[in-house]
Amino acid sequence: MTVFLLRRLFQASGVVLVMTVLVFLGVFAVGDPVEILISPEADQAERERAIQALGLDLPLWQQYLVFLGKALQGDLGRSFVFNEPALTLIFQRMPATLELAFGATFLALIIGVPLGLYAGLKPNAMPARAIMAGSILGFSLPTFWVGLMLIMVFAVQLGWLPSTGRGETVTILGMRWSFLTWDGLLHMAMPMFSLSLSRIGLAIRLTRSGVRENMVMDYVKFARAKGLSPQRVVFVHVFRNILIPVVTVMGLELGSTIAFSVVTESVFAWPGMGKLIIDSINVLDRPVIVAYLMMIVLMFITINLLVDLSYSVLDPRVRLESRE
Amino acid sequence: MSGATATVKVETPLRRFIAGFCESKVAIGALVVFLIILAAALLAPWIAPQNPYDLAELDIMDGRMEPGTVGGAGFTYWLGTDDQGRDMLSGILYGLRISLAVGAGSAFLAGLLGASLGLLAAYAGGKTDTLLMRLVDLQLSFPAILSALMILAALGKGVLNVVIALIIVEWAYYARTVRGSALVERRRDYIEAAQGLGLPTHRILFRHLLPNCLPPLIVIGTIQVARAIALEATLSFLGLGVPITEPSLGLLIANGYEYMLSGKYWISFYPGIALLITIVSINLVGDQLRDVLNPRLQK
Repeated sequence: MTVFLLRRLFQASGVVLVMTVLVFLGVFAVGDPVEILISPEADQAERERAIQALGLDLPLWQQYLVFLGKALQGDLGRSFVFNEPALTLIFQRMPATLELAFGATFLALIIGVPLGLYAGLKPNAMPARAIMAGSILGFSLPTFWVGLMLIMVFAVQLGWLPSTGRGETVTILGMRWSFLTWDGLLHMAMPMFSLSLSRIGLAIRLTRSGVRENMVMDYVKFARAKGLSPQRVVFVHVFRNILIPVVTVMGLELGSTIAFSVVTESVFAWPGMGKLIIDSINVLDRPVIVAYLMMIVLMFITINLLVDLSYSVLDPRVRLESRE
Repeated sequence: MSGATATVKVETPLRRFIAGFCESKVAIGALVVFLIILAAALLAPWIAPQNPYDLAELDIMDGRMEPGTVGGAGFTYWLGTDDQGRDMLSGILYGLRISLAVGAGSAFLAGLLGASLGLLAAYAGGKTDTLLMRLVDLQLSFPAILSALMILAALGKGVLNVVIALIIVEWAYYARTVRGSALVERRRDYIEAAQGLGLPTHRILFRHLLPNCLPPLIVIGTIQVARAIALEATLSFLGLGVPITEPSLGLLIANGYEYMLSGKYWISFYPGIALLITIVSINLVGDQLRDVLNPRLQK
């Protein structure tokens, strides 16, 4: 297990290194920040001073080494626009994105699992078919369009929910959270729901296939033969067995939920990391783009590492294979 | 074996496929809907009430008209107009052309690239296989939207750049699928026979191995077209996709965003419906194809 872990960690750091090169080269190819940052009226001397201050006069490979050296010390540069460390900006916006992603995952579980349970227990009933058709819709609906439609109905026409922003926040551990105030929750409702739609579809499908696989297993027959009530068999025995994989997959999907919140945040002007990166791409704020991408790369590599580990922990068959 | 079965047997694979596909009424309906959409997109210049890009045909006085109003030029705007007096129906028909072209084009090119690399990985094995599959793993471990965002941040806007981004995002799905089935097929006798005949490698790969890996490739391809269309729309909505001169459905929806808050829903609503119907119909067709072409489910 330790060897396996070490090898995976080694591979992961290799991937991180490759990604730093890719991200650096990629971002370097994006336009010329000098054109945007320095006013057109600036004379040649001022221009050169600015270029030097930003370190843009060095050859590319030197710029990369400087970037890498600083990145290792947790310094990913200062935002051209906000004139603050890029990493600080990312961390400031992170709670907003995290609460949205966690909220959407939670919502997907409490809506998707019961629906999937029903669809799995009565696969041929009309409501079950409607649920399955609905789950295809959940995958197919363009997130941003759903967001717009929600705004139109609930904010513009009914006026029940606020259309943009985070609302009131509570500061805990130096971070601002919306989900602890009523106003904040009202602001969260629509972005959270539109982000969770495709996850609800996923939760329904996972739960349904889990139920269908488990219902024909021997332990269910045995529990029935023992005379347990059908409710007890389903809600205690089967439910426990399907919930582990469902919760695991949904947790592992958290990374892509965070990635997808880029779209939701743009629609609802939710001040999270996703909104920050889109705004930064539009004004070519290189350090922020790099910092965001590096954070995401790190996050994904960690999540992928956890996937591998959790599979070997959760599935005894994988564990046995590695022991042999 | 009677004579009757022998005559039927001549067309068996295709007939069985069509019969299998027609088992689901939903899938037939979805296919019909998709063909109508495709026809509408192809015929847009002839059936659209106006050419939405021809500024001479637009009347700014007709801007933001509700669906069903009769405009100054004398014809009815069934789906309303946008801020520049552009007929939304025409805009959608032309937008569909771009969405479908970008979606299908990138899915096809990604399929070509992915399938070739997948075949190569399976056939060559060893280091080539390991390297290519590591790359696939890496690609698939990042969500599509994020990779596309990174690529477009580097390349900038434009139809061609969107297609490039979509190809880079999608090729790995094809590579993995094709490699999977090619690994099974390459151990079959006919490949050994072809090698024994001394056929060149590229001929074995593309004339013998590839046709036998087609069924799963078709299924993946269908689903990926839908995904590509959705992703292109999302990128265009974020302002990173197609330029304003070639508005796809996603960009049309984005254009209506600011008017949404004043209750002018139709500018975003109808392009979204068109996008939704397109994606759902392709997904439903893909679902049925998967059921029909999956050898494990065949009786």
